[in-house]
Amino acid sequence: MLRYFMRKLFVYGLTFFVAVTVDWAIPHLMPGNPVLALMSRIQAQDPRVAQNLYQHYMRAFNLDLPLWKQYWYFWVSLAHGDLGTSITQFPASVSSIILHAAPYTLGLLLPAILLSWYAGNKVGALAARRKVLDNSALPLSYALTATPYMWLAIILSWTLAVVWHVFPVGFAYDPTAIRSFSWAFISNLLYHWFLPFLSLFLVAFGGWAIGMRNMIIYELESDYAHYLGALGAPQRLVRKYAFRNAVLPQITGLALALGAILSGALVTEIVFSYPGLGFQIYHAITNEDYFVIQGIFLFIIIGVLVANFIIDIVYLIVDPRTRIGMEGGRS
Amino acid sequence: MSAAPTAPLASPTDPSQVELPAPAQPMSGLRETLHFALRNTKLLFGLSITTALLLFAIFGPFFARHGPLVYGSDLALRPTTHGGHWFGTTLQGQDVYAQFVNGLRLAFIVGAIGGGIAAAVAMVVGFTAGYRGGAVDEVLNMLTNVVLVIPTFALLLVIAAYLSVRGILTEAVFIGLTSWPWAARALRAQTFSLVSRDFVDMARLSGRSSRQIIFREIAPNMSSYLFMMFILLFGTAILIAATLDFIGLGPSNTISLGQMMQLSVQNAALQLHLWWWFLPPGLAIMAIVGSLYVMNVGLDEVFNPKLREM
Repeated sequence: MLRYFMRKLFVYGLTFFVAVTVDWAIPHLMPGNPVLALMSRIQAQDPRVAQNLYQHYMRAFNLDLPLWKQYWYFWVSLAHGDLGTSITQFPASVSSIILHAAPYTLGLLLPAILLSWYAGNKVGALAARRKVLDNSALPLSYALTATPYMWLAIILSWTLAVVWHVFPVGFAYDPTAIRSFSWAFISNLLYHWFLPFLSLFLVAFGGWAIGMRNMIIYELESDYAHYLGALGAPQRLVRKYAFRNAVLPQITGLALALGAILSGALVTEIVFSYPGLGFQIYHAITNEDYFVIQGIFLFIIIGVLVANFIIDIVYLIVDPRTRIGMEGGRS
Repeated sequence: MSAAPTAPLASPTDPSQVELPAPAQPMSGLRETLHFALRNTKLLFGLSITTALLLFAIFGPFFARHGPLVYGSDLALRPTTHGGHWFGTTLQGQDVYAQFVNGLRLAFIVGAIGGGIAAAVAMVVGFTAGYRGGAVDEVLNMLTNVVLVIPTFALLLVIAAYLSVRGILTEAVFIGLTSWPWAARALRAQTFSLVSRDFVDMARLSGRSSRQIIFREIAPNMSSYLFMMFILLFGTAILIAATLDFIGLGPSNTISLGQMMQLSVQNAALQLHLWWWFLPPGLAIMAIVGSLYVMNVGLDEVFNPKLREM
């Protein structure tokens, strides 16, 4: 048990190390000096001012130090939760921008992931071996899972918000609403939250339904299912066992799908001008605000690693075989 | 093809041999595969849509009467025959048809290169790890796990953000280099199951090199699997590229389907009801990727006899 966790933690630690190193290395590997880019944005006319500014920035960003020291300081400031300062939203720190944006993204992502997983598994299991449902739900699922996240968001926004005015076009709440812990404000939040959520939910749902349907069919074809059937067990019982076995790969799949649905959330936010991390990244990219991009990248890495670890633990709880297998020291 | 089931039609030139039980195993295997392939509606459906779109991507640009990035004088025009703007124009007067076929081409290019590179890396890593085992496997497995856990899209974001000039090739290469892990893992497991088979032992005893064994003995035994893996990687590469382009990190000096969607959203095409601008690009991506997925299911049924009777 302990060995299994140590191994997993080692991989996650290594991943974090690699990610931070890459995050630090990319600006240094790329041609061009970020400070020069910054200078050209500021457009200081006086050469003396420009010279002073240049030196100030070089010192401020530690760019005058040897590389290994820069790398070390990167880790030190990261340990202090210091991800730098935004250029476009000066003097807001990148950490504060992330802290403001992350709740919106998580509020979209977590319900979308969990509900789509649950609903997709249920529908997929029902569709297996049920011709009518299979013939309708399966093609729909394939269409959904092949849809680019932003396009479904565009369609929903255009039809439901722009044409029919059922939902708001964007933003997290009405600009006139007063932020308070009242039902009026919360319902306003939910009203704005629904369309981006639905968009994410639908695309993710398709993938889960297909996966579950295929797994159930595979399990129903397996020896234990046939044996149970031959013993005279009711079909319902056989399906129940098949479902339990088929859920396990879906849990692993959850870890694999995190990255894709996360990128989906980022672009969905852009379509709906929803003020989460994706919206911030979009603005940072169009304004070349590199510290924000790098900071959000690190935040996403940490989030995904934590999520992976939680999924590992859930898998352990759900599958007794892993637990028993690990007592023997195998991973 | 006629409705008659597979009759022993594999007749050699000599008529006297017709009555012999033909032991031509690979030939009959191929015929059998073809027999089921031509009757598989999923495969035919997916294949025909993909082929149609591919032909459109190849020949469509020749019929465009405007450059994809040229600003015309007809602004926000509905689809019309006027001036050859069959798909209408953007808010700035650019021809949507020209942009669309250009983007379609780029999508196939990104899919082929990105999917191809991902498949190649997955094969090298998966075969080596599965065949060698031991310490090599440990190291490669660790590498696979690290790349698997990293949200590669976020990684691509950071890399692309720092590139001042972005090309379609660099985009495809980066996508290929980050999207291989699940395929490598699957190949490693498949290789494991084949390595202990007798024919691999025979090859080893006959003194073949590891590379020969991998590419002559092991790989051909999962050729169908490799092909299906490539199709999936192809589709994923197109989706990743579209997402990257939409977020503003698309190739410079050209226009992709993702960039079309980005520009339409940015220019409030939704609020202005310029549906001909934002509907085609997403629909095309959905059609390509969806038909690839359906084709994949069809291929699975063709190659895997267990799934056929359904």
